[in-house]
Amino acid sequence: MSNTADLSLLQPVLDEYAGVKGSLITILQSAQEIYGYLPQEVIYHVAEATGSSPAHVLGVATFYTQFRFKPVGKYLILLCKGTACHVNGSDMIAKTIYETLGITDGETTEDGLFSLTFVACLGCCSLSPVMLINDDTYGSLTPEKVKSIISEIQAKEAAV
Amino acid sequence: MSYTIINVGQGSCGIAAGAGKVKKVLDEKLAGSGINVGIVGCIGMCWLEPIVDVYENGVLHRLVKVNENSAEEIAAAVAADDFAALSKYEITADDKDFLDQQTRIALRNCGIIDPESIEAYINAGGYKALEKVVTTMTQQQVIDEIKTSGLAGRGGAGFPTWFKWNAANQSAGETKYLICNADEGDPGAFMDRAVIESDPHTLIEGMLIAAYAIGASEAVVYVRAEYPLAIVRLKKAIAQAKEAGYIGKNIFGTDFSCEFTIKAGAGAFVCGEETALIASLEGERGMPRLKPPFPAQKGYWQKPSNINNVETFANVAWIINNGGAAFAAMGTENSKGTKVFALTGKIKRGGLVEIPMGKTLRDVIFGIGGGIKEDKQFKAVQMGGPSGGCIPEQLLDTVIDYKELSATGAIMGSGGMVVMDETTCMVGMAKFFLDFTAKESCGKCVHCRIGTKRMQEILTRIVEGNGREGDIELLEELCSAVKEGALCGLGQTAPNPVLTTIKYFRNEYEAHINNKKCPAHECRDLISYSIDADKCRGCTLCAKKCPAKAISGEVKTPHTIDPDVCIKCGQCATVCRFGAVKVD
Repeated sequence: MSNTADLSLLQPVLDEYAGVKGSLITILQSAQEIYGYLPQEVIYHVAEATGSSPAHVLGVATFYTQFRFKPVGKYLILLCKGTACHVNGSDMIAKTIYETLGITDGETTEDGLFSLTFVACLGCCSLSPVMLINDDTYGSLTPEKVKSIISEIQAKEAAV
Repeated sequence: MSYTIINVGQGSCGIAAGAGKVKKVLDEKLAGSGINVGIVGCIGMCWLEPIVDVYENGVLHRLVKVNENSAEEIAAAVAADDFAALSKYEITADDKDFLDQQTRIALRNCGIIDPESIEAYINAGGYKALEKVVTTMTQQQVIDEIKTSGLAGRGGAGFPTWFKWNAANQSAGETKYLICNADEGDPGAFMDRAVIESDPHTLIEGMLIAAYAIGASEAVVYVRAEYPLAIVRLKKAIAQAKEAGYIGKNIFGTDFSCEFTIKAGAGAFVCGEETALIASLEGERGMPRLKPPFPAQKGYWQKPSNINNVETFANVAWIINNGGAAFAAMGTENSKGTKVFALTGKIKRGGLVEIPMGKTLRDVIFGIGGGIKEDKQFKAVQMGGPSGGCIPEQLLDTVIDYKELSATGAIMGSGGMVVMDETTCMVGMAKFFLDFTAKESCGKCVHCRIGTKRMQEILTRIVEGNGREGDIELLEELCSAVKEGALCGLGQTAPNPVLTTIKYFRNEYEAHINNKKCPAHECRDLISYSIDADKCRGCTLCAKKCPAKAISGEVKTPHTIDPDVCIKCGQCATVCRFGAVKVD
């Protein structure tokens, strides 16, 4: 097991919730915020700190779609697959992202720049189809629009 | 100089449409003018966002589809006291009709008051109902008032709210919990998000009244992690209410005390089910358990608990202030009061709609919603999300009422109303929902876990052109098995999208299976594109736009599509100005 995550970063969270029953999901959410995903050593560490087994912690974590077990790219694309987005063509948007970046649900580009995750509903149904890139929402998407949004980001990154 | 107030709508949708940038421009341009630019939540007219409300001596000018450029002009006009200049941005009478046809109770403050200010809520009459309840009413009187109102659970099941409150109230035990289900999981519904983002104090006040009625001293809001803005505003509102003494010990100087906590959900549709939600609150996998015991007897941490949805709570303060009878005066015999719908899909005016029960689907879709985008043909409306069904055109006059809607095979649900036109494939729609439920099934019950998966596989082969004779019957058999064999609402209702589409659109299934055709021209494996040589003028536009380079031909001569190369993206049909691209 590689041990690369700095576990001390999680200590304040573990201290805050020490002895507070029912806090496992909250602790895992904080951990994901710190590390960007849930590395295996963090799962083991949380299990030890909360007095449960790694299997139990992983069982809870894998149950919920929010948790990731692989690092994500610098730009996390959340593509909405809600009903309104489906009706307004989110499949075409997923296809465009695949054609442009070569990634689909749960994958990251080789350069580590983009990750794609399908989500159930972002609740912006009137702007469908919608995607969220980090904190920015992009609505009324078309294949052209998606391509230009991605190339803008790529250009910005290339300039850095 | 006029007395001017400016408010920019700042719900998630508005911000996504650019309301943040608009506010920034207005702030900059009006700095030092003495005119303050405020924020409000979501008015529910999503297709017109960003929206800026300008009050000229109390008279509203509602400006729509504002962008950074028009914001500059608006700022200049307002600074110059030239309100006539705003007219070109003002909402049209037609669009205004969208709001005028509604009756807003749960959404009464949304888009009107500043969601981040407790003073704004108090000025709108906020916390009066709480004061009345804790200082002048007994628990039983509160429950009776809710009973008179006929309020039923707005999250989907439509269970009488008073009954749940009463059961929790009657349950023995010192410690009781009041829980709000804000894990709005139905894809296509967003009214709960809008309420929390636009009027969080309404939720808090409703919850406090419920907590008083059942005797709870702790309230928990379980909110979707996907709603970051809602969480921020709710946290702020809770802090303000605490500061003002509405949350905490000895509220209004009485013995009633109540504390609030927020728990962020981690993404699991099944957590909308009460017992699964409780398991998730306790930090476990959100898997439902057998009822009884009901949460009212043994809920959160095995203590008596009551769970209601956001929209249900949003009605409570209004009912206390105006009386249960006023609420019950609206609606039908079985369904009282109003209901909020999230109107989306192929609709001209999509957004949040609150109407009294008893209106027809046609009233909502063609009256308030303005009909189908691009005036295409209406095909169906999907109600109730993955637990609901598709209602066809011949049933558009169905009255909005829990019983009447259930009779169609759909459900009231949480109020998602996704409109579909002739270009939506109904088999594809059923597959879409089964993709969802198969993924979201928690796996506890075999019928749900494996049954939804098998249904998903059958639907997939049908839309891919590999459907077999007998598949429809097989689906029907699986539907009844899953319905009967599942413990919770997720599995029991998962077959509804399949059953309703088979019931009303069997011909589409047959066309896919027997003729290998998709009547809506949506299933890519079953359609082909070709160019009508008589109509093609050889303008070359389609060949230029084709991402697969599947189109060839000389300038001014008819082009052709190579079916082996074509990826069926439909670009050619979109760009052709002569209607020469045929889809079959």
